[in-house]
Amino acid sequence: MKKFASSLLFLMCTGGALSTAAPVEVGRPMPKLSNLVPGAKVPNTSGKIILVDFWASWCSPCRKSFPILNELHRKYGPKGLVIIGISVDEKEADYRKFASKMKAAFPLVHDSAHKAAAAFNPSAMPMSYIVDSKGIVRYIHKGFSGARTRAKYIAEIETLLTKER
Amino acid sequence: MRRSFLVIPFILVGLCLSSCSQQLVRVKPYERGNLSRLGMSKDLNALYTAMTEHAYFSREGSFGGGGVGGGGCGCN
Repeated sequence: MKKFASSLLFLMCTGGALSTAAPVEVGRPMPKLSNLVPGAKVPNTSGKIILVDFWASWCSPCRKSFPILNELHRKYGPKGLVIIGISVDEKEADYRKFASKMKAAFPLVHDSAHKAAAAFNPSAMPMSYIVDSKGIVRYIHKGFSGARTRAKYIAEIETLLTKER
Repeated sequence: MRRSFLVIPFILVGLCLSSCSQQLVRVKPYERGNLSRLGMSKDLNALYTAMTEHAYFSREGSFGGGGVGGGGCGCN
């Protein structure tokens, strides 16, 4: 009986632990992408401000966010911003088709196994994380609402760039 | 004594299964690729949807169902 109860307790604990993956929050360090998406070309981010954007080809707000991310990449890339777009598409073909259609100027990573997505645990699509040069998540954006999100991105990036100087 | 002997395993199994259900049921936002396909839309066939709604209103209208204001009593 004791053995039965202890094994059940063990199952409960492990089941509970698996079901509650803590999401990435403001003030916490960003998970290391090179460990989560092995084989992907993750750009060098040391000492830089990072914008991590989770997207998918089936997500229509993601389509609207790409021109804005391209604009931010052109404007703030030389000043120290690195944008990394992480696709959660299951099929490689969908990822490639969308990437070529949107003409992304910033680096893209394909997280087909959803390891990075599971680590960040985004609560919506798209979801973006702005990380400071020390690797701490400073701002989180849930979804994308056009000009409003663009204005927020600019204000937050400007704030972080000013602090870094 | 005998009763508690039966109840404790029952509670433990219940708790164990409840933690399993969280794993199985929840679809994460990044896993909704298949759900967002056109084929998964409930309005895939517009004519079929319109006819189904028409039949529903015809059937339920007298009871005030299907979003129709009031019932079929003529008092509204």
